[in-house]
Amino acid sequence: MWNLANPTVFVELTRRTSPWLAAATAALFAVGLYLSFAAPPDYQQGETAKIMYLHVPAAWLSTFIYGVMAVAALGTLVWRHPLADAAQKAAAPLGAGFTFICLATGSLWGKPMWGTYWVWDARLTSVLVLFLLYLGLIALWRAIDDPGRAARAASILTLVGCVNLPIIKFSVDWWNTLHQPASVFRLGGPAIAPSLLWPLIVMSLAFTFLFLTLHLMAIRNEILRRRIARVTMLAVAEGDRLAPALSAEGA
Amino acid sequence: MSDPHIGFVIAAYSIAAAVIAGMVGSVTIDYRRLSAHLDEATRALEAARRGTKDQER
Repeated sequence: MWNLANPTVFVELTRRTSPWLAAATAALFAVGLYLSFAAPPDYQQGETAKIMYLHVPAAWLSTFIYGVMAVAALGTLVWRHPLADAAQKAAAPLGAGFTFICLATGSLWGKPMWGTYWVWDARLTSVLVLFLLYLGLIALWRAIDDPGRAARAASILTLVGCVNLPIIKFSVDWWNTLHQPASVFRLGGPAIAPSLLWPLIVMSLAFTFLFLTLHLMAIRNEILRRRIARVTMLAVAEGDRLAPALSAEGA
Repeated sequence: MSDPHIGFVIAAYSIAAAVIAGMVGSVTIDYRRLSAHLDEATRALEAARRGTKDQER
């Protein structure tokens, strides 16, 4: 883990692994989409149940990514891992993207099934708060020029925002909500028929691999951004060293 | 696929595809832009170092 703290090692690792991860992601999506469209319609929801194959993996990733960011925030504040803030910063736009997919697909499922695109239900509202947290974190990084200060401020906000994760998970148990309770990860096993469960598992894997691939690539981009800043500073410093000599020559 | 709500399914898959394409595109384009910028900055640094060495001689 600490070996990966070396940016050169990390960039090399990303260069070697990202094509394989991308290929695995594409293969998983191909199989997942085939299984999703080949799956029988739900006896109550009909074909609308196919939205679940996007909504559930996106929902799982929206909270998983926030968990990754919380660990990275601890890495920044406690362990001072050199790449922790890059990992945190790189994950936020991806988290926002997957949370948006979760909200949009849930809304498109809700209209035909509940008769409305949106209700201020505890689960829906807490996921909307998560989406706003992601946007807030992205804005915070852009608002503070000093990368060290930005990373610390974002880490604190990320850890404070963690309080929302158990609210999202248990909102369907704590409050009387329109959103259904857990039907996959529950005591007594999944409540979904295997013919509908398998496409969901493969699509969840595909989404997870997509996140892993994009996250590695986005961390590599953050490392490149830092290198550019360092090389530019060195070039400016060399220019400053040269400037007095050149002006003396001119005189 | 004669479901009366098929339009909602198509809309959901289209939105997800657009967002995923956006995320993949932004990471890929960002990488290409940063790589070109890093090459440019490295060339500027090398040129500045060459200038300093020439001056020292």
